Amino acid sequence: MYSEKVMEHFSNPYNAGVIENADGIGEVGNPVCGDMMAFYIKVKDDKLADVKFKTFGCVAAIAVSNIVSEMAKGKTLQEAKSITKKTVANALDGLPKEKMHCSNLGAKALAEAIKDYEKKKYG
Amino acid sequence: MKSLDMKNVYMDHASATPVREEVIEAMLPYFDRHFGNPSTVYDMGSKVKQVIEEHRAKVAKLISAKSQEIIFTSSGAEANNLAVKGVALSLQKKGRHIIISAIEHHSVLNSARFLERMDFEVTFLPVDEYGLVDSGRLSRAIRSDTILVSIMHANNEIGTIQPISELSAICREKGVLFHTDAVASVGNIPVDVNALNVDLLSLSGVSIGAPKGIGALYFRNNLRLMPLIHGGIQESGRRGGTENVPYIVGLGKASVLAVEELFDKMNHLEKLRSLIISGVRERIEHVKLTGHPDKRLPGHASFCIEAIEGEALIYMLNQHGIYSNTGSACASKALKTSPVLVAIGTPPDLAQGSIVFTMDSSNKIEEIEYVMEKLCLVVEKLRSLSPLWRSKEGI
Ligand code: FES
Repeated sequence: MYSEKVMEHFSNPYNAGVIENADGIGEVGNPVCGDMMAFYIKVKDDKLADVKFKTFGCVAAIAVSNIVSEMAKGKTLQEAKSITKKTVANALDGLPKEKMHCSNLGAKALAEAIKDYEKKKYG
Repeated sequence: MKSLDMKNVYMDHASATPVREEVIEAMLPYFDRHFGNPSTVYDMGSKVKQVIEEHRAKVAKLISAKSQEIIFTSSGAEANNLAVKGVALSLQKKGRHIIISAIEHHSVLNSARFLERMDFEVTFLPVDEYGLVDSGRLSRAIRSDTILVSIMHANNEIGTIQPISELSAICREKGVLFHTDAVASVGNIPVDVNALNVDLLSLSGVSIGAPKGIGALYFRNNLRLMPLIHGGIQESGRRGGTENVPYIVGLGKASVLAVEELFDKMNHLEKLRSLIISGVRERIEHVKLTGHPDKRLPGHASFCIEAIEGEALIYMLNQHGIYSNTGSACASKALKTSPVLVAIGTPPDLAQGSIVFTMDSSNKIEEIEYVMEKLCLVVEKLRSLSPLWRSKEGI
């Protein structure tokens, strides 16, 4: 049911982990199935120097988390904000329809982490 | 142990079992050689009719019933439909209230829901934390217009075995028919319609090494049953359609084997089950056994593992060649937690970590050791990814 890309990121989610003293943290719960994602970001010169995540969820949720961190790393905050559930699903060579909400969760958790950083910085 | 040694460890026998070689062999002549229609009067047909009756007797013997009390169906699901809807439709003048447990298979549950739309009333009996129906509760739920109670013998998701004879006695006393779905129990524990004291019982070929596509309904002598499939006089007028002869033969043959092998099988499965349950207890923390600790199917071990999700768990085990099942919301198409896990009061986040192993005679002790080793590995990996586990460690 999943693409090879999804299985790759699921089997080896190399971006998983926590950033100690992260500049921003975004935690979102999945309203559909009750699962959870947390994103941690490190910002340098308005760019995402590092992104890590922790995820409690399905195969899609784990693959999404990993590829979102991959896509976000090195991008400016503005660029990172344009990551959507669509671009995430595309990067994974597609997701089953009923799993699109997991893709949404990844984009949202990253956006929350950026928001958290901006709030801390600009108040 | 190298993972290459164990590429296929099938631990999901509640979903399907392989068809036994002896069963396939018994079936084969009835596809081409003895293909006559059992309803015809010449030799080629009447002989086949006789074969059907011989195999009906074999299926009857499996559950200590009489031949004439067995109707062949296309599946356990059809048997459940026929029991619930067939009884309700034929007794609707007497009353329009039926009672089922909260953990019934979809084929019973949705038959009951269908009847609700036809102006029947349905009471869904709650179960306790082990999945057991309380006899006092059942007794209080029965009304003067109750016509049928349907409670499954053993549950396929949590393995719990109900005290059927206790529950059916209450119904007998009050003159209410009792049906039990025995799809998960037949072939795994003794199933005797007289000891269980039931009026109707469903079984399926898939659980005893017969092919998918054949089941049977036991109905106590002369009980009235509205057919769901109208047609000729096949199955004593209770189910139309030319009999599926090869599959009936397959079910008969599988029934004979199931009777012969039951006690050895139970012994073997109990060993495997205790290995896996004690293994999980000793090697994985923050795990809950779902279902009853003792009153459970011999080959059934089910758990909820904290802080991880079942679909991810199943896929990772799959990568090690291990096939198992889960009741997690993420793994279901509707993204809903298994109603059985909800009914036994499992908190939603814990229910996500559901995993179900169902074993058969073919499973070996070394396989269980392999499964334990990989399960520990995979749980550790998924927990290292989980934000809930981090907070757990902090406690
Ligand atoms: S996290 Fe539940 S369906 Fe993906």
